[in-house]
Amino acid sequence: MIIRTEGLGRDFLVGPRLRRRRVSAVADVTLDVAPGEAVGFLGPNGAGKSTTIKMLTGVLVPSAGRAQVCGLDPVRERRALARRIGVVFGQRSQLWWDLPLAESFALHGAIHRVPAPRHRERLDECVELLDMAGFLDTPVRQLSLGQRMRGEVTAALLHSPELLVLDEPTIGLDLASKERLRTFLSAVNARGEVTLLLTTHDLPDVERLCRRVVVIDRGRVLVDDELATLRRRFAGNRTLVVELAEPAPPLLGLPGVVDVAVEAQGLRQRLAFTGNAADLIAAVARRAPVRDVGVDEPSIEDLVRTLYTRPARA
Amino acid sequence: MAEVRRGIYPRIVASRIRGQLAYPVSFALDVLAQFIGQCVELVVIVVVFTQVTSLGGFDQREVVLMYGLAATAFGLADLAVGQINELPEYIRSGELDVLLLRPLGALPQLLSADVSLKRLGRVAAGLAVLGWSLAGAGITWTPVRVLLAVTAPAVGAVILGAIWVAANTVSFWLVDGREVASSVTYGSNFATSYPITIYGPWLRRILCFAVPGAFVAYFPALALLGRADPLGLPSALQWSSPLVALVAVAGAALVWRTGVRHYQGTGS
Repeated sequence: MIIRTEGLGRDFLVGPRLRRRRVSAVADVTLDVAPGEAVGFLGPNGAGKSTTIKMLTGVLVPSAGRAQVCGLDPVRERRALARRIGVVFGQRSQLWWDLPLAESFALHGAIHRVPAPRHRERLDECVELLDMAGFLDTPVRQLSLGQRMRGEVTAALLHSPELLVLDEPTIGLDLASKERLRTFLSAVNARGEVTLLLTTHDLPDVERLCRRVVVIDRGRVLVDDELATLRRRFAGNRTLVVELAEPAPPLLGLPGVVDVAVEAQGLRQRLAFTGNAADLIAAVARRAPVRDVGVDEPSIEDLVRTLYTRPARA
Repeated sequence: MAEVRRGIYPRIVASRIRGQLAYPVSFALDVLAQFIGQCVELVVIVVVFTQVTSLGGFDQREVVLMYGLAATAFGLADLAVGQINELPEYIRSGELDVLLLRPLGALPQLLSADVSLKRLGRVAAGLAVLGWSLAGAGITWTPVRVLLAVTAPAVGAVILGAIWVAANTVSFWLVDGREVASSVTYGSNFATSYPITIYGPWLRRILCFAVPGAFVAYFPALALLGRADPLGLPSALQWSSPLVALVAVAGAALVWRTGVRHYQGTGS
């Protein structure tokens, strides 16, 4: 296991001095992540995602439970751990503001004692895949957010970490930048060298990158499962949208259909169904002249909304 | 490979310095301003001595010697450790997290995050005053005193630096520790520049034994001048600044470690 936590918890003291209260940010997080996995770590704001990440990276001392990352104790062996993991915070920069990107990379490589040939190889690869050649000599403060995030991810990967932790890496990025970053991260993870742990509010990130999803709320793990399983369990049915050549009465009684919604005077019908889409399409075609069909997958938005609104178990 | 083996801090510091030298005129003016700023305080001493012949039992040359030692030590400490004043900001903004995610100590990273070379102006002013007073204070030079004169500013800087680090560490507990920390930083500059005999007994005790400011300039100056302490403190104290510096560094390191452990982050 590259990450192993047991009953991890963290309290904060908040409020004015005389009325300090103890607030639990993370109550009980038990989590095992195997090398090579890509885990989406989801939860509403204040669920305890960032706090958990900070405990996993040695920034925060847990107030309860245990954590082991890369076989190390994150707080006691913080520096040794820092050599073996990469961390990207979407809202915080690890680059040097006033240095050109290339110099920031050089300094970062030196801090991690990356041998020069390896540094060059790794950097060349990232520069090509992330299309950074055009702004390597630009000071970091002059980069656009999308350019900077590509730089952040590169910096976090230069020392070939075993684990890459990304805290909202796509926040604020435009669609094209998001897509580029996802493609890159998915390629990096697919080679099996880097384990990904990703927090995000951007669900397409999860759909593109993660096979496994851990949802936490109020500091506890609500769900920890394969994305595909979750979809089946929580997100409800797929929907077959059929466009008919001429209006027809609602297509009731077809195999696997659990609900029918009729639009445009019967020209378009939405059939929520379970089971095989091809069989259903064939069955619909026998009943009415079909002009076009489409299948709507249940969205992970729906899934997460369902999960968040369920009451937390005590 | 040589590039990799070279120490990382020289590289970080070099990268900071390059930025500052990019605008040479502005840099030169900054240095000059710092130089003049430090000299203004000297003028205060000179003006006081137009009215009195001795201050706390010391004549003008002797007081200026203490001032020169204190100013040089302050300048060196400010150059090396001055960045510690930014700790409250690093904590508030969460920037400290970034330092903790690197495989280096958080304190050395913080101190090297910005080396403000303009502070060399203060060092230069201190050295000029120190050189002048050493030459004219009627010191009986022995090899040990030469060694003391050369090392005293650096030792004093270490003591001041340790005090500042310890004082700024309160930011880990107080949301706005900046006030406390800067009063210690600039208070220490003032308190070390004069003979401790001018202060009341309580402040004297604090400067000797709690916040060891008396070991920055006062005691080394007595040793250089070959004077007994007017307050009757043992003469061994006059030579113990290096030892005090070691203790202060150990104490500051302990306080810092405790502070980092206490660090809660900004929660975002």
